[in-house]
Amino acid sequence: MSAVPAPSRARIRWIGFQTIVLREMGRILRIWGQTIVPSAVTAALYFVIFGSLIGSRIGQMDGIEYMQYIAPGLIMMAVITNSYANVSSSVFSAKFARYLEEIMVAPLPNWVIVAGYVGGGVLRGLLVGGAVTVAALFFTHLPVHHLIATLVAVLLTAIIFSLAGFINGVFARNFDQVNWIPTFILTPLTYFGGVFYSINLLPEWARTLSFANPVLHMVNAFRFGFLDRSDVAVGWAFGIMALAAVVLFFVALRLMDRGTGLKD
Amino acid sequence: MYALSVHGLSKRYRNGVHALQGIDLQVAEGDFFALLGPNGAGKSTLISICTSLVTKTAGSVQVFGHDLDTDLERAKSCIGIVPQEFNLNMFETPETIVVNQAGFYGIPRALARERAEKYLRQLSLWDKRRSMTRTLSGGMKRRLMIARALVHEPKLLILDEPTAGVDIEIRRSMWDFLRELNEQGITIILTTHYLEEAENLCRNIAIIDRGRIAEADRMDSLLRRLHIETLVLSLRAPIAMAPKIAGYEFQLADPQTLEVEVGKDQDLNGLFARLSTEGVQVVSMRNKVNRLEEIFMRLVDRSGAAP
Repeated sequence: MSAVPAPSRARIRWIGFQTIVLREMGRILRIWGQTIVPSAVTAALYFVIFGSLIGSRIGQMDGIEYMQYIAPGLIMMAVITNSYANVSSSVFSAKFARYLEEIMVAPLPNWVIVAGYVGGGVLRGLLVGGAVTVAALFFTHLPVHHLIATLVAVLLTAIIFSLAGFINGVFARNFDQVNWIPTFILTPLTYFGGVFYSINLLPEWARTLSFANPVLHMVNAFRFGFLDRSDVAVGWAFGIMALAAVVLFFVALRLMDRGTGLKD
Repeated sequence: MYALSVHGLSKRYRNGVHALQGIDLQVAEGDFFALLGPNGAGKSTLISICTSLVTKTAGSVQVFGHDLDTDLERAKSCIGIVPQEFNLNMFETPETIVVNQAGFYGIPRALARERAEKYLRQLSLWDKRRSMTRTLSGGMKRRLMIARALVHEPKLLILDEPTAGVDIEIRRSMWDFLRELNEQGITIILTTHYLEEAENLCRNIAIIDRGRIAEADRMDSLLRRLHIETLVLSLRAPIAMAPKIAGYEFQLADPQTLEVEVGKDQDLNGLFARLSTEGVQVVSMRNKVNRLEEIFMRLVDRSGAAP
C-alpha cells in the first residue's frame, strides 16, 4: 500500500461533495435526451401556443406583453420540475439498486451527502433553466431589472425543490411514489402559481388562497428580477423561500440521521 | 489493538426479527477472520452495522479503536466493504465507479485514477474499464466490488460471500489475492458458505447462529476439537452387508461404498488390517465432508439448540 498522508476531515468532505456533484453532472449529461432537451422543447411549445397564438389575443398582462410576462414563469417551471426530478429519481435509483451504499459507507457526514445531491439538482435546474431562457429569447426580449434578485430567486427555488426531491427519493418505496408528488402536487402548484396569469385577475378568495402556494412567491420573485413586476411582496417572497430551504434541509438531514427508508 | 471490537451488539428489526442478540466479538489487527453461519444467522446484519448501513438497537462497535457512535467518520475510513449483493450502478463504467468511490473517501482525482488503475489491473478488469458495468459477468462484477472496496486502501476489509457464484479458477485466484492483501497487513473478515474457503484462508473463526456467537476460536484449535471423522471407502468388490468389527461403526452407502466413523484415537492401519481379514479390500478413501463442515453442522444443530 502506498503511503499517502491522511487528508484533513474538511478536505475529505470537500472532495466527497465534489464527487457527488460531478457524478450527478455526469448522469445529467449522459442522459441529456431525458434531462435537458424535453423541458426546452416543452417550453418552446408553450411559447408558440400560449405566447404566440393565444397570447396575441390576450395582449398585455400587468402592463407587459403576454409572451414576455410568461417567460420568467416558464423558466421557473423548468427549474422546479428538473431540480425536483433530478434528485428524487437519482436518490431513489441509487437506493433501489443499492449503490447509494457506496456513499453511505464513506466517511462523509449526512449533510455533505444531502448537499451533494442538492448540488446536482441545482445544476440540472440551472442548466435546463438556461436552455429554456435561450428558447424564450427566440420569442421575446427578456430584460433583467434586478440581477441579484433574479439569481437568488432561481438558486433558492432550485435548492428548495432539490431538497424536496431528496426527501421524496428517501421515502419512496417504488417508482410510482417517485412520480406521485410531481404529478399530483408539483404540477398543480406550478400551474396555479402565477406562471400564466397575474393573481389580480382572480376573485378575492382565490387570490387569498394563492398566497399559500409557495410557487407563487418563487415565480413572482423571479419575475420581479426580470420584469420589475410582482403580485406579492418581494421581501416576503425571499423570506418564505429562505425559510423553506432551511426547514427542508433539516428535514432531509433528520431523515438521513435516522436512516428512514435507508437503514432498515 | 483490535481491528474490530463488538460488545453486546443487538439488532431488532421493525418487523420484530431479533437478528442479533448481544454479540461480543473481537478481531485482532492483521487477522484473517472467518464469520460463518447458516442463512439468516445474522452475519450480514452484523457486517451492515459495522459499516453503518444498518442502525443497531444496542451495543457498541469499535473499528481500530474508533467508536461508531462517537467517531463514525474515522471508523468508516478504516473499512472497505464487499457486500453479498451487487450494489453497483450498472450504467457506469468500472473506472468511473472506482474513481468516484475514492472521491467519496476524500482522495483527490489524480490519485484516485492511479489507484483505480492499480486495483483494476490487479483484479484483471483493466481491459473492461470503459465497458458498462451491466455488461460484465458475475465474477467481474464481484471483482469490481473488491477493487472499489480497496481504492481507499482500508485497514480492514470485510467481504460478505465474495466468491459466491464465481467459478473455481477465479475463486482460487481471488484466494491468492486475498492472502497477498492479508500479508500486506490488511485485516480481513470473510463470510462464506464455502467452508473449504474459510479453512484454507482464515486463522480465526466465529460461528454465528440465530443472532448469537455459537463458537469463536482459532481455526486450528477448532479443527483439533473434532474427534470423529467419517471416511468413505471405495471397495474393490461389492459386498452384501456392512462388516461388523468391534470399535467401528460401518454403514453401507452402496454395495461398493462403505462409510466408517473413525475416532482420533483409532489408527487406520488397524482398521484396514481387520477389513482385510473380513475379505473387504479398499481401493481408495476420502473424507465424507471437510472437517470444518463437520464442526459447523454439529454446532449449528437447529433441532436441539435453545431459542
